[in-house]
Amino acid sequence: MSEWRYLLAQNRGTLLAIAFFVVMFAIYTSNHPAGFTANVVQTAANKGVLLALVAMAQTFVVITAGIDLSVGAVMVLTNCLASWIVVGSATSATLGILGVLLTGLACGVINGLIVIYGRLQPIVATIATGAAFFGLALLLRSVPGGDVYSPVADALTGKIFDVAPASLVALAFVVLVLWVPYSRSTIGRAAYAVGSSESAAYMSGVPVGAAKFFAYVLSGLAASLGGLFLTFVTYSGEASAANANTYTLFSIAAVVLGGVSLFGGSGSAIGAIFGALMFRTIGDLLFVFNLDPLWQPLFQGLVLLAAVCVGSARVFQVRNRLELFP
Amino acid sequence: MSENAQPGFAEALKRRIDPPVAIAFACIIAMLLLGSLYSSSFLSPEYLLQQLKVASFLGVIATGTMIVILLGQIDLSIPWVVAVGGMMSTAATGWGPVGHVIAIPFGIACGVALGLVNGFGVAYLRIPSMIITLAVNAVAQGLMVVHTGGFSPQDSSSPAMRALATGELFFGLPNALIVWAVVGAGAIFLLNRTTFGRAVYGIGNRERAAYLSGINTQRVVLIAFALAGGLSAFGGVLLAGYASKAAQAMGDAYLLPAIAAIVLGGASILGGRGSYFGTVAGVILITLLQSILSVVQMPEAGRQITYGVVIVAMLLLYGREGRTR
Repeated sequence: MSEWRYLLAQNRGTLLAIAFFVVMFAIYTSNHPAGFTANVVQTAANKGVLLALVAMAQTFVVITAGIDLSVGAVMVLTNCLASWIVVGSATSATLGILGVLLTGLACGVINGLIVIYGRLQPIVATIATGAAFFGLALLLRSVPGGDVYSPVADALTGKIFDVAPASLVALAFVVLVLWVPYSRSTIGRAAYAVGSSESAAYMSGVPVGAAKFFAYVLSGLAASLGGLFLTFVTYSGEASAANANTYTLFSIAAVVLGGVSLFGGSGSAIGAIFGALMFRTIGDLLFVFNLDPLWQPLFQGLVLLAAVCVGSARVFQVRNRLELFP
Repeated sequence: MSENAQPGFAEALKRRIDPPVAIAFACIIAMLLLGSLYSSSFLSPEYLLQQLKVASFLGVIATGTMIVILLGQIDLSIPWVVAVGGMMSTAATGWGPVGHVIAIPFGIACGVALGLVNGFGVAYLRIPSMIITLAVNAVAQGLMVVHTGGFSPQDSSSPAMRALATGELFFGLPNALIVWAVVGAGAIFLLNRTTFGRAVYGIGNRERAAYLSGINTQRVVLIAFALAGGLSAFGGVLLAGYASKAAQAMGDAYLLPAIAAIVLGGASILGGRGSYFGTVAGVILITLLQSILSVVQMPEAGRQITYGVVIVAMLLLYGREGRTR
C-alpha cells in the first residue's frame, strides 16, 4: 500500500499529462464532424508523433538539468538528409535510414563533447551548434524537394489492420527500445541523479560526465528519428528555419506539459510524449470549434503561457520566503 | 616620482582590462586586417562607419539582453519583441499626425509591456526565465499574426523613425550610431554608478545573498526585464525605420547574435560577471563577421555554419566554466 503512494507521487507529472491528454482528445473527437474514427485518430497521431519524438529528445537532456536548443535543427538536418539517402531499393533505403540515425548520433556527440568536455553553457552552445546544423541542412536542400522510399513511409504513416495508427505503434516501439532500457540502466539512473544534484551525484561516485554526455547523444538520436518521421510524413526534405525554431520551442512546451522538471531530476519521456500529444490536440481543438486559423498561434501561445505559469512556477512550491531566492 | 607612477598606472590598467574583452578587441583588429588582405576598402572610414551603423541595431538590442544575462537569466523573447516594436510603431504611424509623434514611444511601450510580463513571471511567479520568455515570445507572435493577418504590414515607418535609423546629423556620423552611444552610455551609468546596477550584479552572483542584504530583488528583476523588453522593441523601431517598414519574423535574426555578442564579450551566462565594453566588442565582432561573410559572398548555408563554428570556437577559447565541484 505504501509503495503505491510513492510510485504515484513519483509519476504524478506523467499521470496528470496522460489524464489531461485523454480528456482533451475526448473533447476533440466528440466535436469532430467525423467523430472518433480510425482516420481522425491516424491524422492526429501522425502530427503528434512528430512532436513526441522531438519532445523525447529534449527529455533526455532536461532530466540532467541541461537543455538542448538544437533539437529542431537536428530534426531539420536529418529530414533533409533522409530526403536524399532514404530512397531507391529496399537495401539502399535501409542503409539510408541507418545513415540518418548515425548523423543524429553524431550531432548529439558534437553537442555532448562541446557542453561537457568543452565546459560551455548548454543554452549558448546548443544555439550555436543548432545554427551550424541548420547551415548543413541548407547545404543539403537549398530548395525543398527530394523523395523518400515510399513503402516504409506509407506503412509507418498508415494504419495497421485498418484500425490502429502505425505511427503510434512505431512510437511505442521506440519507447520500448530506447527509453525503457535507458531509464532502468545505470547510466539512466545516473542521469536522474546528476539532474537532481550534480555535486551529490559526483560525491557518490556517479559518472557525471558520462551520464550527461550520453543524454546529449540520445537526444541527437531521438531528434533524428523525428527528422526521419518528418520525411515519411511529407515525402520530402525542407531546410526551414521556421520548422527548426517551432519544433525546438514546442519540444520545451511538451516537456513542461508532460511533467518533466526543467530543473532536472524528475519526469519521464512517456510524460513528455503525452505532453506533446496534448499540445497538438490543443492546436486541433481550435479547428473543431471553427475558430479563425489566424488565432491559432495566439491561442497556442496563451495555453503555453498558462501551462508554464501553473506547471513550473516555483512560487507555489516554496515553504518559506527565503526558498524563493536560489 | 613619475617612475613610481608609471608601473602603478600600467598595473591599474591591467586590472581594469578583462582578458576576454581584450581578446575580443584583438579579434576585431585581426578580422579587419584579414579583410584588408581581401580588399583594401575594409580599412576605409566609410566601411567602418557603415559597419558601426549596422552594429548599432544589434547593439541597442544586446544592451537590454545583457542586463538580463547579468542577472543570471536569459531573454529568449527577443525575436518577436523586436517585431512587436517595429510593427506597433509603424501601425501607430498609420494613425495620422498624432501617430507620427507617438510612433516611437508607442513601439517601445509595447516592448516594455511584454518585458513586464516576462519580469513578473520570473521575479514573482519564479518561472525559469527560459520558459516564460519562450512563452511570451509565442504569445507576441500570436498577437502579431492576429494584428497583421499573417502578412507583412502595409504601414510604413514615420519620418522620425527613418531619420533616427538612416539619417546623419553632423560630420557624416550616422544617427543610429549616436543612438547606440547614448543607450550605451546610459547602460554604463546604470550598471556602474547606480544602486540598481550594483543590485543587478549582486543578484547575478547570488540572489539569496542580495535579498538578505536588503535589496528588493524581485523589483530589480522586474525592472531589468522591462528594460530589456523596451530596448528590444526600440531595436525593432530602428530596424523598421531602416527598412522603412516592419516585416514578419524581422527579429528572428537577432536572438543568436545578441546572446553570442554578450557571451563573446566575456560576460558569464550564469550572471554576475561582465562589462558593457565587452558587449560593445562582441557586437562589433559579430557584425564584422557577418559583413565579411557577405563580402566574400558566402551562401547562407556556409554563413550559418561558420557562424556556429566561430561562436563555439571563441567560447572554447575563453568562455569556459571552471571545474566547480
